[in-house]
Amino acid sequence: MSTDQVLYDHPGPRGRMRNRILTVLFGLGLLGLLGWIYARFDAKGQWSASLWKPFAQGSTWTDYILPGLGHTLAAAAVAMVLSLVFGIVFAVGRLSEHWWLRVPSGAVVEFFRAVPLLLLMFFIFFGLPFLTQQPMSNFWAVVIALTLYNGSVLAEAFRAGVRAVPKGQSEAGYAIGLRKSQVMSSILIPQAARAMLPVIVSQLVVLVKDTALGYIISYNELLQLGVNNLSANFANVVQAAIVAAAIYITVNATLTTVAGRLERWTRRGGRAPRATGQSVLAGAAEMGQATAV
Amino acid sequence: MSVFSDPANVDVYVTGFLWILKLTLAASVGALVLGTLLAAMRVSPVPVLRVFGATWVNTFRNTPLTLIVFFCYFGLYSTLGFKASDDIDPNNYWLGVIGLSVYTAAFVCEAIRSGINTVPAGQAEAARAIGMSFRQTLTMIVLPQAGRAVVAPLGSTFIALAKNATIVGTIGLAETSNAMKDLINANGSAVLPIFLVFAGTFAVVLIPTGYGFGWLANRLAVKR
Repeated sequence: MSTDQVLYDHPGPRGRMRNRILTVLFGLGLLGLLGWIYARFDAKGQWSASLWKPFAQGSTWTDYILPGLGHTLAAAAVAMVLSLVFGIVFAVGRLSEHWWLRVPSGAVVEFFRAVPLLLLMFFIFFGLPFLTQQPMSNFWAVVIALTLYNGSVLAEAFRAGVRAVPKGQSEAGYAIGLRKSQVMSSILIPQAARAMLPVIVSQLVVLVKDTALGYIISYNELLQLGVNNLSANFANVVQAAIVAAAIYITVNATLTTVAGRLERWTRRGGRAPRATGQSVLAGAAEMGQATAV
Repeated sequence: MSVFSDPANVDVYVTGFLWILKLTLAASVGALVLGTLLAAMRVSPVPVLRVFGATWVNTFRNTPLTLIVFFCYFGLYSTLGFKASDDIDPNNYWLGVIGLSVYTAAFVCEAIRSGINTVPAGQAEAARAIGMSFRQTLTMIVLPQAGRAVVAPLGSTFIALAKNATIVGTIGLAETSNAMKDLINANGSAVLPIFLVFAGTFAVVLIPTGYGFGWLANRLAVKR
Protein backbone atom coordinates (compact mmCIF):
# COMPACT_ATOMS: atom_id res chain seq x y z
CA MET A 1 0.00 0.00 0.00
CA SER A 2 2.79 2.40 0.84
CA THR A 3 4.70 2.19 -2.43
CA ASP A 4 1.94 3.14 -4.88
CA GLN A 5 0.16 5.60 -2.63
CA VAL A 6 1.32 9.18 -3.19
CA LEU A 7 -1.53 11.13 -1.62
CA TYR A 8 -0.13 11.00 1.90
CA ASP A 9 3.16 10.45 3.67
CA HIS A 10 4.02 7.17 5.28
CA PRO A 11 2.43 7.78 8.69
CA GLY A 12 4.77 8.59 11.55
CA PRO A 13 3.97 7.92 15.24
CA ARG A 14 1.40 10.74 15.43
CA GLY A 15 -0.11 9.83 12.08
CA ARG A 16 -0.43 6.20 13.11
CA MET A 17 -2.09 7.26 16.35
CA ARG A 18 -4.52 9.51 14.46
CA ASN A 19 -5.33 6.74 12.00
CA ARG A 20 -5.93 4.35 14.87
CA ILE A 21 -8.26 6.82 16.57
CA LEU A 22 -10.15 7.36 13.30
CA THR A 23 -10.36 3.61 12.76
CA VAL A 24 -11.82 3.10 16.22
CA LEU A 25 -14.26 6.01 15.91
CA PHE A 26 -15.48 4.98 12.46
CA GLY A 27 -15.58 1.33 13.49
CA LEU A 28 -17.72 2.22 16.49
CA GLY A 29 -20.02 4.32 14.33
CA LEU A 30 -20.35 1.47 11.85
CA LEU A 31 -21.00 -1.05 14.62
CA GLY A 32 -23.59 1.31 16.05
CA LEU A 33 -25.32 1.52 12.69
CA LEU A 34 -25.23 -2.25 12.23
CA GLY A 35 -26.51 -2.71 15.76
CA TRP A 36 -29.33 -0.28 15.08
CA ILE A 37 -30.26 -2.20 11.92
CA TYR A 38 -30.07 -5.46 13.88
CA ALA A 39 -32.36 -4.05 16.58
CA ARG A 40 -34.75 -2.73 13.97
CA PHE A 41 -34.87 -6.14 12.27
CA ASP A 42 -35.33 -7.72 15.67
CA ALA A 43 -38.15 -5.37 16.66
CA LYS A 44 -39.99 -6.26 13.46
CA GLY A 45 -39.30 -9.97 13.95
CA GLN A 46 -37.16 -10.19 10.81
CA TRP A 47 -34.67 -12.62 12.36
CA SER A 48 -37.41 -15.16 12.92
CA ALA A 49 -36.24 -18.54 11.62
CA SER A 50 -39.42 -19.10 9.64
CA LEU A 51 -38.48 -16.22 7.34
CA TRP A 52 -34.97 -17.50 6.61
CA LYS A 53 -35.75 -21.19 6.60
CA PRO A 54 -37.22 -21.29 3.07
CA PHE A 55 -33.71 -20.70 1.72
CA ALA A 56 -32.54 -23.96 3.26
CA GLN A 57 -35.20 -25.90 1.36
CA GLY A 58 -34.40 -27.28 -2.07
CA SER A 59 -37.85 -26.51 -3.42
CA THR A 60 -37.39 -22.76 -2.84
CA TRP A 61 -34.38 -22.86 -5.13
CA THR A 62 -35.80 -25.18 -7.77
CA ASP A 63 -39.26 -23.55 -7.87
CA TYR A 64 -38.40 -19.87 -7.58
CA ILE A 65 -34.80 -18.72 -7.55
CA LEU A 66 -33.13 -20.94 -10.15
CA PRO A 67 -35.90 -20.63 -12.80
CA GLY A 68 -35.86 -16.87 -12.16
CA LEU A 69 -32.09 -16.72 -12.56
CA GLY A 70 -32.39 -18.85 -15.72
CA HIS A 71 -34.87 -16.42 -17.27
CA THR A 72 -32.71 -13.45 -16.25
CA LEU A 73 -29.63 -15.02 -17.85
CA ALA A 74 -31.56 -16.06 -20.98
CA ALA A 75 -32.87 -12.54 -21.59
CA ALA A 76 -29.45 -11.08 -20.80
CA ALA A 77 -27.62 -13.48 -23.12
CA VAL A 78 -29.92 -12.90 -26.11
CA ALA A 79 -29.92 -9.14 -25.53
CA MET A 80 -26.10 -9.11 -25.21
CA VAL A 81 -25.61 -10.79 -28.58
CA LEU A 82 -28.22 -8.61 -30.28
CA SER A 83 -26.94 -5.37 -28.78
CA LEU A 84 -23.34 -6.15 -29.78
CA VAL A 85 -24.56 -6.70 -33.37
CA PHE A 86 -26.74 -3.57 -33.19
CA GLY A 87 -23.79 -1.61 -31.79
CA ILE A 88 -21.37 -2.66 -34.52
CA VAL A 89 -23.92 -2.07 -37.32
CA PHE A 90 -24.85 1.41 -36.14
CA ALA A 91 -21.27 2.39 -35.29
CA VAL A 92 -20.24 1.47 -38.84
CA GLY A 93 -23.32 3.29 -40.16
CA ARG A 94 -22.44 6.42 -38.24
CA LEU A 95 -18.85 6.30 -39.52
CA SER A 96 -20.01 5.89 -43.11
CA GLU A 97 -18.97 8.37 -45.80
CA HIS A 98 -22.54 8.46 -47.18
CA TRP A 99 -24.70 11.05 -45.46
CA TRP A 100 -27.87 9.01 -46.08
CA LEU A 101 -26.40 6.27 -43.90
CA ARG A 102 -24.58 8.45 -41.40
CA VAL A 103 -27.41 10.82 -40.48
CA PRO A 104 -30.16 8.23 -39.81
CA SER A 105 -27.74 6.00 -37.87
CA GLY A 106 -26.70 8.96 -35.74
CA ALA A 107 -30.33 9.94 -35.11
CA VAL A 108 -31.29 6.39 -34.06
CA VAL A 109 -28.33 6.08 -31.70
CA GLU A 110 -28.82 9.50 -30.11
CA PHE A 111 -32.56 8.92 -29.71
CA PHE A 112 -32.38 5.53 -28.03
CA ARG A 113 -29.54 6.64 -25.78
CA ALA A 114 -31.69 9.47 -24.42
CA VAL A 115 -34.92 7.53 -23.80
CA PRO A 116 -35.33 5.79 -20.42
CA LEU A 117 -35.36 2.01 -20.73
CA LEU A 118 -38.61 1.69 -18.78
CA LEU A 119 -40.40 4.05 -21.16
CA LEU A 120 -39.13 1.98 -24.10
CA MET A 121 -40.18 -1.27 -22.45
CA PHE A 122 -43.68 0.03 -21.67
CA PHE A 123 -44.08 1.25 -25.26
CA ILE A 124 -42.99 -2.09 -26.71
CA PHE A 125 -45.11 -4.15 -24.32
CA PHE A 126 -48.26 -2.04 -23.99
CA GLY A 127 -48.12 0.20 -27.06
CA LEU A 128 -46.90 -1.98 -29.95
CA PRO A 129 -49.76 -4.51 -29.63
CA PHE A 130 -52.17 -1.65 -30.47
CA LEU A 131 -50.22 -0.99 -33.66
CA THR A 132 -49.53 -4.56 -34.78
CA GLN A 133 -52.79 -6.05 -33.47
CA GLN A 134 -50.75 -8.90 -32.02
CA PRO A 135 -49.83 -9.63 -28.43
CA MET A 136 -46.19 -8.98 -27.51
CA SER A 137 -44.37 -11.65 -25.51
CA ASN A 138 -42.79 -10.19 -22.39
CA PHE A 139 -39.49 -11.95 -23.11
CA TRP A 140 -39.14 -10.15 -26.46
CA ALA A 141 -40.32 -6.85 -24.99
CA VAL A 142 -37.46 -7.06 -22.47
CA VAL A 143 -34.92 -8.20 -25.06
CA ILE A 144 -35.86 -5.61 -27.71
CA ALA A 145 -35.84 -2.74 -25.24
CA LEU A 146 -32.47 -3.84 -23.79
CA THR A 147 -31.05 -4.23 -27.30
CA LEU A 148 -32.14 -0.79 -28.51
CA TYR A 149 -30.80 0.99 -25.44
CA ASN A 150 -27.57 -0.91 -24.79
CA GLY A 151 -26.92 -1.36 -28.52
CA SER A 152 -26.97 2.43 -28.93
CA VAL A 153 -24.57 2.93 -26.04
CA LEU A 154 -22.28 0.22 -27.45
CA ALA A 155 -22.46 1.86 -30.90
CA GLU A 156 -20.98 5.02 -29.38
CA ALA A 157 -18.30 2.95 -27.64
CA PHE A 158 -17.35 1.19 -30.88
CA ARG A 159 -17.33 4.48 -32.77
CA ALA A 160 -15.03 6.07 -30.20
CA GLY A 161 -12.84 2.96 -30.38
CA VAL A 162 -12.60 3.03 -34.18
CA ARG A 163 -11.72 6.70 -34.15
CA ALA A 164 -8.99 6.04 -31.61
CA VAL A 165 -7.21 3.53 -33.86
CA PRO A 166 -4.13 5.26 -35.33
CA LYS A 167 -4.70 6.50 -38.87
CA GLY A 168 -1.73 4.54 -40.19
CA GLN A 169 -3.63 1.31 -39.59
CA SER A 170 -6.38 2.04 -42.11
CA GLU A 171 -3.89 3.67 -44.51
CA ALA A 172 -1.79 0.52 -44.42
CA GLY A 173 -4.93 -1.48 -45.16
CA TYR A 174 -5.78 0.65 -48.19
CA ALA A 175 -2.15 0.49 -49.31
CA ILE A 176 -2.26 -3.29 -49.58
CA GLY A 177 -5.46 -3.02 -51.63
CA LEU A 178 -8.21 -3.74 -49.07
CA ARG A 179 -11.67 -2.35 -49.70
CA LYS A 180 -13.42 0.01 -47.27
CA SER A 181 -15.52 -2.81 -45.84
CA GLN A 182 -12.44 -5.01 -45.42
CA VAL A 183 -10.50 -2.26 -43.66
CA MET A 184 -13.46 -1.78 -41.31
CA SER A 185 -14.12 -5.45 -40.59
CA SER A 186 -10.62 -6.87 -40.40
CA ILE A 187 -8.54 -3.91 -39.20
CA LEU A 188 -10.56 -1.25 -37.39
CA ILE A 189 -13.34 -3.15 -35.59
CA PRO A 190 -11.09 -5.82 -33.97
CA GLN A 191 -8.72 -3.18 -32.61
CA ALA A 192 -11.60 -0.97 -31.48
CA ALA A 193 -13.30 -3.88 -29.70
CA ARG A 194 -10.08 -4.73 -27.89
CA ALA A 195 -9.41 -1.13 -26.87
CA MET A 196 -12.98 -0.60 -25.69
CA LEU A 197 -13.33 -3.93 -23.87
CA PRO A 198 -13.60 -2.36 -20.37
CA VAL A 199 -16.37 -0.02 -21.54
CA ILE A 200 -18.17 -2.83 -23.35
CA VAL A 201 -18.06 -5.04 -20.27
CA SER A 202 -19.38 -2.37 -17.91
CA GLN A 203 -22.23 -1.85 -20.36
CA LEU A 204 -22.94 -5.59 -20.32
CA VAL A 205 -23.12 -5.44 -16.51
CA VAL A 206 -25.65 -2.61 -16.92
CA LEU A 207 -27.59 -4.88 -19.28
CA VAL A 208 -27.71 -7.74 -16.77
CA LYS A 209 -28.96 -5.37 -14.08
CA ASP A 210 -31.57 -3.86 -16.36
CA THR A 211 -33.19 -7.25 -17.00
CA ALA A 212 -34.66 -6.72 -13.52
CA LEU A 213 -37.00 -4.15 -15.10
CA GLY A 214 -38.68 -7.09 -16.78
CA TYR A 215 -40.55 -7.76 -13.56
CA ILE A 216 -42.72 -4.71 -14.22
CA ILE A 217 -44.09 -6.29 -17.36
CA SER A 218 -44.31 -9.61 -15.45
CA TYR A 219 -41.44 -11.36 -17.19
CA ASN A 220 -40.58 -14.25 -14.85
CA GLU A 221 -37.01 -13.23 -14.05
CA LEU A 222 -35.14 -13.27 -10.74
CA LEU A 223 -36.86 -10.25 -9.18
CA GLN A 224 -40.33 -11.49 -10.17
CA LEU A 225 -39.95 -15.15 -9.18
CA GLY A 226 -37.25 -14.98 -6.52
CA VAL A 227 -38.47 -11.91 -4.65
CA ASN A 228 -42.05 -11.07 -5.60
CA ASN A 229 -43.57 -14.55 -5.87
CA LEU A 230 -41.35 -16.11 -3.21
CA SER A 231 -42.20 -13.46 -0.64
CA ALA A 232 -45.88 -13.73 -1.50
CA ASN A 233 -45.71 -17.29 -0.18
CA PHE A 234 -43.39 -16.89 2.81
CA ALA A 235 -43.90 -13.19 3.70
CA ASN A 236 -40.13 -12.67 3.72
CA VAL A 237 -39.57 -9.85 1.25
CA VAL A 238 -36.52 -8.42 3.06
CA GLN A 239 -34.79 -11.80 3.18
CA ALA A 240 -35.67 -12.65 -0.44
CA ALA A 241 -34.39 -9.26 -1.64
CA ILE A 242 -31.10 -9.79 0.21
CA VAL A 243 -30.63 -13.24 -1.37
CA ALA A 244 -31.52 -11.91 -4.83
CA ALA A 245 -29.11 -8.99 -4.44
CA ALA A 246 -26.34 -11.44 -3.48
CA ILE A 247 -27.04 -13.44 -6.65
CA TYR A 248 -27.00 -10.35 -8.89
CA ILE A 249 -23.75 -9.19 -7.28
CA THR A 250 -22.17 -12.61 -7.82
CA VAL A 251 -23.23 -12.76 -11.48
CA ASN A 252 -21.98 -9.25 -12.22
CA ALA A 253 -18.74 -9.66 -10.29
CA THR A 254 -18.10 -12.89 -12.22
CA LEU A 255 -18.76 -11.10 -15.50
CA THR A 256 -16.29 -8.36 -14.55
CA THR A 257 -13.62 -10.87 -13.44
CA VAL A 258 -13.95 -12.97 -16.60
CA ALA A 259 -13.71 -9.83 -18.71
CA GLY A 260 -10.60 -8.76 -16.83
CA ARG A 261 -8.98 -12.13 -17.60
CA LEU A 262 -10.07 -11.85 -21.23
CA GLU A 263 -8.56 -8.40 -21.47
CA ARG A 264 -5.21 -9.49 -20.08
CA TRP A 265 -5.29 -12.53 -22.35
CA THR A 266 -6.00 -10.51 -25.51
CA ARG A 267 -3.37 -7.94 -24.58
CA ARG A 268 -0.65 -10.52 -24.27
CA GLY A 269 -0.36 -11.22 -27.99
CA GLY A 270 -1.10 -7.75 -29.24
CA ARG A 271 0.27 -4.31 -28.85
CA ALA A 272 1.80 -3.36 -25.55
CA PRO A 273 -0.62 -1.33 -23.45
CA ARG A 274 -0.19 2.38 -23.97
CA ALA A 275 2.40 3.79 -21.63
CA THR A 276 0.79 6.25 -19.27
CA GLY A 277 2.57 8.46 -16.78
CA GLN A 278 2.22 7.53 -13.15
CA SER A 279 -0.85 9.08 -11.60
CA VAL A 280 -2.09 9.65 -8.08
CA LEU A 281 -4.05 6.41 -7.77
CA ALA A 282 -3.12 2.91 -8.74
CA GLY A 283 -5.90 0.67 -9.98
CA ALA A 284 -8.73 3.21 -10.28
CA ALA A 285 -11.20 2.84 -13.10
CA GLU A 286 -10.29 4.23 -16.50
CA MET A 287 -12.14 7.38 -17.38
CA GLY A 288 -14.72 5.94 -19.78
CA GLN A 289 -15.48 2.90 -17.67
CA ALA A 290 -16.94 4.85 -14.79
CA THR A 291 -19.70 6.38 -16.88
CA ALA A 292 -21.88 3.32 -17.49
CA VAL A 293 -24.73 3.67 -15.01
CA MET B 1 -51.78 14.77 -31.43
CA SER B 2 -55.43 15.13 -30.46
CA VAL B 3 -54.67 13.22 -27.25
CA PHE B 4 -52.81 16.23 -25.92
CA SER B 5 -55.64 18.65 -26.65
CA ASP B 6 -57.37 17.21 -23.58
CA PRO B 7 -56.16 19.27 -20.58
CA ALA B 8 -56.45 16.23 -18.26
CA ASN B 9 -53.93 14.36 -20.40
CA VAL B 10 -51.58 17.34 -20.53
CA ASP B 11 -51.83 17.40 -16.76
CA VAL B 12 -50.74 13.74 -16.56
CA TYR B 13 -47.79 14.55 -18.82
CA VAL B 14 -46.71 17.61 -16.83
CA THR B 15 -47.08 15.83 -13.47
CA GLY B 16 -44.96 12.96 -14.75
CA PHE B 17 -42.09 15.17 -15.83
CA LEU B 18 -42.29 17.27 -12.66
CA TRP B 19 -41.74 14.12 -10.59
CA ILE B 20 -38.75 13.20 -12.77
CA LEU B 21 -37.33 16.70 -12.35
CA LYS B 22 -37.75 16.66 -8.57
CA LEU B 23 -36.33 13.15 -8.23
CA THR B 24 -33.34 14.05 -10.40
CA LEU B 25 -32.55 17.27 -8.53
CA ALA B 26 -32.87 15.80 -5.02
CA ALA B 27 -31.06 12.56 -5.85
CA SER B 28 -28.21 14.29 -7.69
CA VAL B 29 -27.49 16.41 -4.61
CA GLY B 30 -27.63 13.32 -2.41
CA ALA B 31 -25.50 11.25 -4.78
CA LEU B 32 -22.91 14.01 -5.24
CA VAL B 33 -22.42 14.54 -1.51
CA LEU B 34 -22.42 10.84 -0.69
CA GLY B 35 -20.25 9.95 -3.71
CA THR B 36 -17.62 12.58 -2.91
CA LEU B 37 -17.45 11.36 0.70
CA LEU B 38 -17.08 7.77 -0.52
CA ALA B 39 -14.33 8.77 -2.95
CA ALA B 40 -12.46 10.58 -0.14
CA MET B 41 -12.86 7.45 2.02
CA ARG B 42 -11.53 5.21 -0.75
CA VAL B 43 -8.28 7.18 -1.07
CA SER B 44 -7.83 7.91 2.64
CA PRO B 45 -4.97 6.57 4.81
CA VAL B 46 -7.38 4.74 7.14
CA PRO B 47 -7.93 1.12 6.04
CA VAL B 48 -11.42 0.79 7.57
CA LEU B 49 -12.65 3.78 5.55
CA ARG B 50 -11.13 2.34 2.36
CA VAL B 51 -12.79 -1.03 2.91
CA PHE B 52 -16.13 0.62 3.69
CA GLY B 53 -16.00 2.71 0.50
CA ALA B 54 -15.01 -0.25 -1.65
CA THR B 55 -17.73 -2.45 -0.17
CA TRP B 56 -20.37 0.22 -0.79
CA VAL B 57 -19.31 0.67 -4.42
CA ASN B 58 -19.09 -3.04 -5.22
CA THR B 59 -22.43 -3.77 -3.57
CA PHE B 60 -24.56 -1.05 -5.10
CA ARG B 61 -22.86 -0.92 -8.49
CA ASN B 62 -23.68 -4.58 -9.09
CA THR B 63 -27.25 -4.56 -7.76
CA PRO B 64 -30.10 -3.59 -10.11
CA LEU B 65 -31.61 -0.21 -9.27
CA THR B 66 -35.03 -1.82 -9.64
CA LEU B 67 -34.19 -4.16 -6.76
CA ILE B 68 -32.87 -1.28 -4.63
CA VAL B 69 -36.02 0.79 -5.17
CA PHE B 70 -38.13 -2.32 -4.60
CA PHE B 71 -36.26 -2.90 -1.32
CA CYS B 72 -36.71 0.74 -0.26
CA TYR B 73 -40.47 0.31 -0.60
CA PHE B 74 -41.16 -3.26 0.51
CA GLY B 75 -38.23 -3.63 2.90
CA LEU B 76 -37.49 -0.22 4.35
CA TYR B 77 -41.08 1.07 4.34
CA SER B 78 -43.52 -1.86 4.45
CA THR B 79 -41.54 -4.28 6.59
CA LEU B 80 -39.19 -2.20 8.71
CA GLY B 81 -41.63 0.66 9.12
CA PHE B 82 -39.38 3.49 7.91
CA LYS B 83 -41.67 6.35 6.92
CA ALA B 84 -40.58 9.57 5.23
CA SER B 85 -44.00 11.16 5.09
CA ASP B 86 -47.59 10.34 6.02
CA ASP B 87 -48.89 10.96 2.51
CA ILE B 88 -48.47 8.30 -0.15
CA ASP B 89 -46.84 10.30 -2.93
CA PRO B 90 -44.25 12.24 -0.87
CA ASN B 91 -43.39 9.01 0.96
CA ASN B 92 -42.78 7.15 -2.32
CA TYR B 93 -40.87 10.16 -3.60
CA TRP B 94 -38.44 10.21 -0.66
CA LEU B 95 -38.03 6.43 -0.73
CA GLY B 96 -37.17 6.84 -4.42
CA VAL B 97 -34.69 9.62 -3.65
CA ILE B 98 -32.98 7.37 -1.07
CA GLY B 99 -32.73 4.47 -3.54
CA LEU B 100 -31.48 6.65 -6.39
CA SER B 101 -28.91 8.46 -4.19
CA VAL B 102 -27.51 5.30 -2.65
CA TYR B 103 -27.16 3.68 -6.09
CA THR B 104 -25.84 6.70 -8.00
CA ALA B 105 -23.35 7.58 -5.23
CA ALA B 106 -21.40 4.42 -6.14
CA PHE B 107 -21.00 5.70 -9.71
CA VAL B 108 -20.19 9.26 -8.60
CA CYS B 109 -17.49 7.80 -6.33
CA GLU B 110 -15.95 5.84 -9.21
CA ALA B 111 -16.13 8.86 -11.53
CA ILE B 112 -14.34 11.05 -8.98
CA ARG B 113 -11.75 8.35 -8.39
CA SER B 114 -11.09 8.11 -12.12
CA GLY B 115 -10.77 11.91 -12.08
CA ILE B 116 -8.24 11.76 -9.24
CA ASN B 117 -6.44 9.23 -11.42
CA THR B 118 -5.86 11.89 -14.12
CA VAL B 119 -3.92 14.11 -11.70
CA PRO B 120 -0.18 13.55 -12.16
CA ALA B 121 1.60 12.09 -9.15
CA GLY B 122 3.98 15.07 -9.10
CA GLN B 123 1.15 17.33 -7.95
CA ALA B 124 0.50 15.30 -4.81
CA GLU B 125 4.22 14.80 -4.22
CA ALA B 126 4.83 18.54 -4.46
CA ALA B 127 2.00 19.14 -1.98
CA ARG B 128 3.51 16.66 0.46
CA ALA B 129 6.95 18.15 -0.08
CA ILE B 130 5.78 21.54 1.21
CA GLY B 131 4.30 19.80 4.25
CA MET B 132 0.63 19.55 3.41
CA SER B 133 -1.47 17.02 5.27
CA PHE B 134 -3.67 14.43 3.52
CA ARG B 135 -6.74 16.63 3.92
CA GLN B 136 -4.94 19.68 2.53
CA THR B 137 -3.46 17.70 -0.36
CA LEU B 138 -6.86 16.30 -1.25
CA THR B 139 -9.00 19.42 -0.88
CA MET B 140 -6.56 22.08 -2.13
CA ILE B 141 -4.47 20.28 -4.77
CA VAL B 142 -5.97 17.03 -6.02
CA LEU B 143 -9.76 17.46 -5.93
CA PRO B 144 -9.86 20.87 -7.68
CA GLN B 145 -7.90 19.39 -10.59
CA ALA B 146 -9.86 16.15 -10.52
CA GLY B 147 -13.12 18.09 -10.46
CA ARG B 148 -12.33 19.60 -13.83
CA ALA B 149 -11.50 16.22 -15.35
CA VAL B 150 -14.63 14.71 -13.92
CA VAL B 151 -17.20 17.02 -15.51
CA ALA B 152 -17.83 14.74 -18.49
CA PRO B 153 -18.29 11.43 -16.58
CA LEU B 154 -20.33 13.16 -13.86
CA GLY B 155 -22.48 14.66 -16.59
CA SER B 156 -23.22 11.23 -18.04
CA THR B 157 -23.91 9.94 -14.53
CA PHE B 158 -26.49 12.66 -13.90
CA ILE B 159 -28.09 12.13 -17.32
CA ALA B 160 -28.36 8.42 -16.48
CA LEU B 161 -29.84 9.44 -13.13
CA ALA B 162 -32.58 11.45 -14.86
CA LYS B 163 -33.45 8.38 -16.96
CA ASN B 164 -33.20 6.04 -13.97
CA ALA B 165 -35.66 8.25 -12.06
CA THR B 166 -38.41 6.58 -14.13
CA ILE B 167 -37.70 3.37 -12.18
CA VAL B 168 -39.28 4.98 -9.10
CA GLY B 169 -42.51 4.49 -11.05
CA THR B 170 -42.28 0.81 -10.13
CA ILE B 171 -43.31 1.67 -6.55
CA GLY B 172 -46.32 3.61 -7.76
CA LEU B 173 -45.22 7.20 -8.27
CA ALA B 174 -47.11 8.67 -11.25
CA GLU B 175 -43.93 9.65 -13.10
CA THR B 176 -43.45 9.62 -16.88
CA SER B 177 -43.41 5.88 -17.58
CA ASN B 178 -46.59 5.26 -15.58
CA ALA B 179 -48.15 8.37 -17.09
CA MET B 180 -47.33 7.10 -20.58
CA LYS B 181 -48.65 3.61 -19.78
CA ASP B 182 -51.97 5.04 -18.56
CA LEU B 183 -52.34 7.29 -21.58
CA ILE B 184 -51.55 4.40 -23.94
CA ASN B 185 -54.10 2.14 -22.27
CA ALA B 186 -56.76 4.87 -22.44
CA ASN B 187 -55.99 5.99 -26.00
CA GLY B 188 -55.13 2.87 -28.02
CA SER B 189 -55.49 4.71 -31.31
CA ALA B 190 -52.79 7.29 -30.55
CA VAL B 191 -50.01 5.03 -29.25
CA LEU B 192 -47.26 6.35 -31.48
CA PRO B 193 -47.85 10.09 -30.86
CA ILE B 194 -47.96 9.44 -27.10
CA PHE B 195 -44.66 7.57 -27.13
CA LEU B 196 -43.02 10.14 -29.40
CA VAL B 197 -44.07 13.02 -27.13
CA PHE B 198 -42.78 11.34 -23.95
CA ALA B 199 -39.60 9.93 -25.48
CA GLY B 200 -39.11 13.13 -27.50
CA THR B 201 -39.23 15.27 -24.35
CA PHE B 202 -36.46 13.18 -22.81
CA ALA B 203 -34.44 13.36 -26.04
CA VAL B 204 -34.93 17.12 -26.47
CA VAL B 205 -33.80 17.78 -22.89
CA LEU B 206 -31.10 15.15 -22.43
CA ILE B 207 -29.26 15.22 -25.79
CA PRO B 208 -28.41 18.97 -25.56
CA THR B 209 -27.58 18.49 -21.87
CA GLY B 210 -25.08 15.82 -22.89
CA TYR B 211 -23.47 18.12 -25.47
CA GLY B 212 -23.53 20.92 -22.88
CA PHE B 213 -21.56 18.81 -20.41
CA GLY B 214 -19.13 17.90 -23.21
CA TRP B 215 -18.61 21.57 -24.03
CA LEU B 216 -18.17 22.43 -20.35
CA ALA B 217 -15.71 19.57 -19.88
CA ASN B 218 -13.61 20.85 -22.78
CA ARG B 219 -13.67 24.38 -21.46
CA LEU B 220 -12.70 23.37 -17.95
CA ALA B 221 -10.16 20.71 -18.90
CA VAL B 222 -6.70 21.19 -17.40
CA LYS B 223 -4.34 21.63 -20.35
CA ARG B 224 -1.32 19.43 -19.78
